[in-house]
Amino acid sequence: MIATHYPILQVVIPLIAAPLCSLLPKSRLPWLFATLVSWIAFAISISLMLQVKSTGALSYELGSWPAPWGIQYHIDLIGAFVLVLISSIASITLLGSRQLVENEIDSSKHSLFYTAFLLCLTGLLGIVATGDAFNVFVFLEISSLSSYAMIAMGDNRKALTASYEYLIMGTIGATFILIGIGLLYMQTGTLNMLDLKVRIHEIDGFRSVHAAFAFFTVGICLKLALFPLHHWLPNAYAHAPSVVTIFLAATATKVALYLLYRVFYTIFGFEFSFNLLHLGYILLPLSIIAIVMSSFTAIFQPGVKRLLAYSSLGQIGYITLGIALETKAGLIASIIHLFNHAFIKGALFMCMACLLSRIHSTRLVNLAGAGRVMPWTCAAFVIGGLALIGVPLTSGFVSKWYLVLAILEKDYWWLAIIVLFTSLLSVIYIWRVIEQMYFREPNEGCVGIKEAPPLLLACTWAMVLTTLYFGIDSSYPVEMATAAAQALLNE
Amino acid sequence: MSEISQSLQISIFASLLVPVVGALLIFACARFRGLIELIFVGTALCLLGVTISIVNMGADVFHQSITLLTLIDSIPIAFHVEPLGVLYACVASGLWLVTTIYAIGYMNANKEKHLARFYMCFCLAMAAVMGIAYSANLLTLFIFYELLTLSTYPLVAHKGTDVAKAGARVYLGILMGTSIGFLLIAILWTWSITGTLDFSVGGILENELPDGLLMLLFALYVFGIGKAALMPFHRWLPAAMVAPTPVSALLHAVAVVKAGVFCVLKITVYVFGIDVLTSTSANSPIIWIATATMLLASLVALQQDNLKARLAYSTISQLAYIVLGAVLATTTSIMGSSLHLATHAVGKITLFFCAGAIYTATKKTLVSDMHGLGRIMPFTFAAYTIAAISIIGLPPLAGSWSKWFLIDGAISADRLIIAVALLVSTLLNIIYLMPIAINGFMLKPAGGYHGIKEAPFSVVMPLCVTAGLCFVLFFLLPYVYDFLLLLNLR
Repeated sequence: MIATHYPILQVVIPLIAAPLCSLLPKSRLPWLFATLVSWIAFAISISLMLQVKSTGALSYELGSWPAPWGIQYHIDLIGAFVLVLISSIASITLLGSRQLVENEIDSSKHSLFYTAFLLCLTGLLGIVATGDAFNVFVFLEISSLSSYAMIAMGDNRKALTASYEYLIMGTIGATFILIGIGLLYMQTGTLNMLDLKVRIHEIDGFRSVHAAFAFFTVGICLKLALFPLHHWLPNAYAHAPSVVTIFLAATATKVALYLLYRVFYTIFGFEFSFNLLHLGYILLPLSIIAIVMSSFTAIFQPGVKRLLAYSSLGQIGYITLGIALETKAGLIASIIHLFNHAFIKGALFMCMACLLSRIHSTRLVNLAGAGRVMPWTCAAFVIGGLALIGVPLTSGFVSKWYLVLAILEKDYWWLAIIVLFTSLLSVIYIWRVIEQMYFREPNEGCVGIKEAPPLLLACTWAMVLTTLYFGIDSSYPVEMATAAAQALLNE
Repeated sequence: MSEISQSLQISIFASLLVPVVGALLIFACARFRGLIELIFVGTALCLLGVTISIVNMGADVFHQSITLLTLIDSIPIAFHVEPLGVLYACVASGLWLVTTIYAIGYMNANKEKHLARFYMCFCLAMAAVMGIAYSANLLTLFIFYELLTLSTYPLVAHKGTDVAKAGARVYLGILMGTSIGFLLIAILWTWSITGTLDFSVGGILENELPDGLLMLLFALYVFGIGKAALMPFHRWLPAAMVAPTPVSALLHAVAVVKAGVFCVLKITVYVFGIDVLTSTSANSPIIWIATATMLLASLVALQQDNLKARLAYSTISQLAYIVLGAVLATTTSIMGSSLHLATHAVGKITLFFCAGAIYTATKKTLVSDMHGLGRIMPFTFAAYTIAAISIIGLPPLAGSWSKWFLIDGAISADRLIIAVALLVSTLLNIIYLMPIAINGFMLKPAGGYHGIKEAPFSVVMPLCVTAGLCFVLFFLLPYVYDFLLLLNLR
């Protein structure tokens, strides 16, 4: 019987666990507790996934108030897919995080850190699980506020400015989304997304609906860091504690992308978003600029964490590019890359965490000869880097394959060339790191350094092997993405 | 599954696995120097055995596809055996065995470091070569092509000096750049119009594209295969010469560059089909580019004083012969092209071995410093002379056969100018290869050669073997010819 309550338990368990976590004493307990909770969330998400696959989309009415009056949780295929993604990455990250947190964060704040982490997880899961537009805003704020706090815990003072910058930009984004929700509510009197979808069709000529659309677009693009609204991201990723970077890089922008699918395909519908208001006309150039510009910028970064952050901006560009193609194939490619990139970037930032735990720096010059002293970590980085480039047998190749095929389907020759050209730029920035790791004599600081903590290393390799696995057998993400795209396009 | 195809399956997987297992063993035993050398040679022996077992299966097993797993869009990683692939696999695995012995001698004599990494990457590169040789569709080919680039990068950068790293960067940049920028696009394009990537007899592109676009697609393929070193994408080859000589010898005379021309051959024959190419004349621009590369690279080779650089440009020129034979797309020219793949490999590996032996014994790299060395290092210079004559294409050495068929092929394609160009290039070969041998033997030693003698036995022995092979192959080549007649072009 409890299985029927999984949609709400998915969100409520970490939500209740968060304050409990803050009461735990200074010890390993908070870590253990948070990890346990995240694994429970992971288990629930998998069982939700199985339910959705066998019976179709799940609806859950809070307090049995029927929709559209009460709050409804609605989990369809893409929702379940993203839930699995978030909770799996959270559980792997938390499992490996103990030593990182001990190294980087003051011991008095440990329980608070894990509390913030669980809150952030709650927020991200909530955004995906809920079917209520206002609920989306609430969870968005929960996840954002907790991530501001976590970023500010970075051991460098620059973390404070990075967090502040994100706070300002994130709040503007969230406010825009709230205004969008408000406008829609004024016009339709409903907050239930499925209900909104029906009602918007009756009034799709209204100016206020168009204005709501505009507010949503800007707000969501701010959260997912699409050019030119990306400025907060590199600083936030570079200065946050490494656990936070792993988690946010792999999940936060992905949830914003999920929101983009939700709003533009489910609420407004493909017809309205792309044929009436031509969202593609905005997304296409912005994605291309994001891809090209951030790949170039990444080449010149002296710090590897920041380099990877810029590369993330480019990868987000690939994902939105798939959407901007306005075809089903493009949408499928976009969803596949969303999934693959989460693991690839997670793995790469995990490697950074491993390096940080021993070398205490991720600046390029300090990584000289790291391949000798930390062979497993560096090997993981090489595989992750190859996946980022899109070398065959890694999941990055699968993404690129579907994306370029979708582009060719539209006969955008020039675009296919740009996409492949930018993969070459990624060869350059990844190779700068690899060369430093393997073909330089170790610095004096590197002498006597051991391999990263075993548990952390195991978690890193878990992510790396995942990218390899989905590069060799891509049927799961491809089937999921195809089915999800069909659902989003109402086919 | 019939018994034959079962044993074929085992042999193909074995030829992929043997080098990988060898690499793993070397990784595991990295501390025991003697042991890794033993494993290294043992792996090469096993691989040669497996390859011979595939040759012995004969024509029955040709074009039987063996699927490893399905990758994306229901395109499998699949392998098959056909004459070109078998030829390439034989050349690569046979010469690998000689190279392993040479490499051990060379690396020890020159006190190179990081031997385990070196031998390991060498093995992995051979696994990639085998994958290329037996690939049954374009995606499989592409995967192993990329793996070959990646596994040879550490070999090129091996010395870790700034020059080595810069060379390796050019190597990786051009090979990755062309393969992702052109080859991948060409493959995706082929997939989107035909819905298949399989290599099949007669090609898969008949009546699929207008002539102009077919020409573009063909150009994308040929330039996308940067390993074939067609100008203007040839810069990686001289850049990669910073690698230790065994690497230059095997990878840049045999495995890597031959992988490039082999891919061109295979795509010409099994993706486009020679009839489609000639009837639409989609091959015309490439024919001229290959001819130009052949002549220009010879001219550049004339100017090089560094022996390895001269050999590198000579390789570029000789690769253009093979590409030319492939894109002329007549039965004879394809034959000449495939034969040249084998004969040039044997000849060029000998020349590189000689360059390495001279370096090991004297630390000299410049041609102008080698006057009179032939009297001190007679074996090395004799081998050099034999290999050089073979590459020039004079009987009774192996290279004469392939030149014969190439020129015949150019005539049979009604392109007399190309035949003349081939002859001119032969003259250029004489001018840039022979003076080294002549000056080595005829001129008086310039002095400063005190205490210099032949390189160690394990360095000299392999080069004598390959020089002997140049001679023996002249008589054995008819058998190879008969084998290649099994190649089904239409």
